[in-house]
Amino acid sequence: MNRIFSLGRLMALLIKEFIQMRRDRITFGMMLGVPLMQLVLFGYAINSDPKALPAALVSLSQDHYSRAMVSALENTDYYRFDHVVGSAEEAEHLMASGEVVFVVTIPSDFARRVDRGQRPQILIEADATDPSVASGAISTLGTVAAEALLRERGVPASEAKPADRLEVIVHRRYNPEGLSQYNIVPGLLGVILQMTMVMMTSIALTRERERGTMENLLAMPASPLEIMLGKVLPYLVVGAVQVAVILGAAKLLFGVPFVGSLWLLLVAVLIFVLSLVLLGYTISTVARTQMQAMQLTFFFFLPSLLLSGFMFPFRGMPEWAQWLGEIFPLTHFLRVIRAVMLKGADLPAIAFETGILVLFIFIYAGFALLRFRRTLD
Amino acid sequence: MNAIDVHGLVKRFGDKTVVNQVTMQVARGEIVGFLGPNGSGKTTTIRIMCGLLTPDEGEGTVLGYDLRSEGLRIKREVGYMTQRFSFYEDLTIAENLAFVARLYDLKPVGAHVDRTLEDLGLTSRRNQLAGTLSGGWKQRLALAACIMHQPKLLLLDEPTAGVDPKARREFWDEIHRLAADGLTVLVSTHYMDEAERCHRISYISYGTLLATGTVADVVRDAGLVTYLVDGPKLEQLAAELRQRPGVEQVAPFGASLHVVGSDEAALKAALADLEGRDGVTVSRGETSLEDVFIQFMANSTDNMQ
Repeated sequence: MNRIFSLGRLMALLIKEFIQMRRDRITFGMMLGVPLMQLVLFGYAINSDPKALPAALVSLSQDHYSRAMVSALENTDYYRFDHVVGSAEEAEHLMASGEVVFVVTIPSDFARRVDRGQRPQILIEADATDPSVASGAISTLGTVAAEALLRERGVPASEAKPADRLEVIVHRRYNPEGLSQYNIVPGLLGVILQMTMVMMTSIALTRERERGTMENLLAMPASPLEIMLGKVLPYLVVGAVQVAVILGAAKLLFGVPFVGSLWLLLVAVLIFVLSLVLLGYTISTVARTQMQAMQLTFFFFLPSLLLSGFMFPFRGMPEWAQWLGEIFPLTHFLRVIRAVMLKGADLPAIAFETGILVLFIFIYAGFALLRFRRTLD
Repeated sequence: MNAIDVHGLVKRFGDKTVVNQVTMQVARGEIVGFLGPNGSGKTTTIRIMCGLLTPDEGEGTVLGYDLRSEGLRIKREVGYMTQRFSFYEDLTIAENLAFVARLYDLKPVGAHVDRTLEDLGLTSRRNQLAGTLSGGWKQRLALAACIMHQPKLLLLDEPTAGVDPKARREFWDEIHRLAADGLTVLVSTHYMDEAERCHRISYISYGTLLATGTVADVVRDAGLVTYLVDGPKLEQLAAELRQRPGVEQVAPFGASLHVVGSDEAALKAALADLEGRDGVTVSRGETSLEDVFIQFMANSTDNMQ
């Protein structure tokens, strides 16, 4: 009789777990449906380069230069002039109430200054409460507006004198690093996996404890290793299915470039998922109730989401925060998957980060086995 | 060799001593009833014996295996039926049994499951979810799952709580059948009629073992005297009697009062003046096991206070 591990006992636990998983229809559906839903939702919804933003025009002169400016701005697709108002106060109100993101003010002496060659000015006020919103719109503005003005005056760009230049005054307080959809979708794979895998496994033991089945399980001859693997491996399979779904959708729906080796990516994902399910299992050895397990899971989620480099540039954080970010598997996985999918990195290039993920597996498994009590003491 | 042979078991949770110096021997093939009020340490003692809890003090063997170091071997040969139904409610009857069969490495799994289902008479309901079974059937399923691997010792923690009398009767018939085949059974219960179906009983109160032996032994050793009082207006009489010295228990049983005391002379004196009253008769009665237990409970100090 093997005391530590028997394949037969592990099979008993695995079969039981799969049956329970299949029977819990809502959870099962969530495990497969939610990743796809989230990917489609966030993949399309999260856009750090937003277009057609509502804008208000404060035009104090009704000359053809102003009209040319406005149509040029609209042609960039960044601005959508919903409101044309006559006074700065009205515009102020629109921005304060959040109805517009931009207020473009063309002063009354605009045409006169253009004609006299006195460096005409326009004022762009941007709502900087979400700083990333306005960055794209503002960056295109200067050249577009200047070109439009020169065209309107019939002056070729090459002959423009410094005095002809349009002065764009921008009032904003932030200029963040932009994220593209290509960057978001691979990251979403990591975030969605983390969410479902850790959450599902974090209640693995607490559920048995709350239902009273733990006492029975412990009274039967199953070793801690078998119980751990029996709980964790079924979710590895679920994770594999999720990965297939998300990668397929990334390719089909978002056309995310896939320059690296698929096999390398799958191995990296497998290692990542294993570290996640073991993390979840570790939580379930600590938490006493399912509620506590959920709380611990969320306590873990938010920092890992914010500090991993998924939402904000990793290098933009202060050094201590970067060190903190290093303790999350997601941080390392994001580097691996972005490197493989977008840059076509090979094994040596990602070996270090993957190695850290493997280290997490051993740390979590070791801690969980130490924490696991074979008794009810 | 005894199936259970433990000495001086002590278990504390925090500063509360739940099991205090419990010593117990159970011979092979014996059915021992484990009695005591709620919270007296019955479940804790049983959990220690099947390796689910480690004792703070004390030692002993279960089925010849050391209690402290050979927990896994004990688990393989002991069947433990928990107080609360603790199989998987979202698994069918057959799936639960198959799970147990695989964990104990019983081969072939299918044959073991089929045989158990047949013994239970549940073959036609094999695909029913365990959670949808009634209390009595859950209890039968749990028992069947516990004895599937043919344990040598069966530990039952209040197995018949919430089960109707017919199912209880059948359950006890099954226990006796198993014991006749050599299985040792330690069963905790609150029911006096169940205690009387055991070969021996042990009474535990607030962690301390107070009495052990056959039902007759325990009743005799308690040294209680019981008188039956019949007559009109027994409720008033009962209130009156409770005030008198020498009377330790007064309990109505049907049309008569059980008046119990440990000092026969004092009790006799207390009842002497009743003889002359209208329609009242006093006669010597049999002390019941329940009388003894009530006495134990009244005498023992609650360590929770």
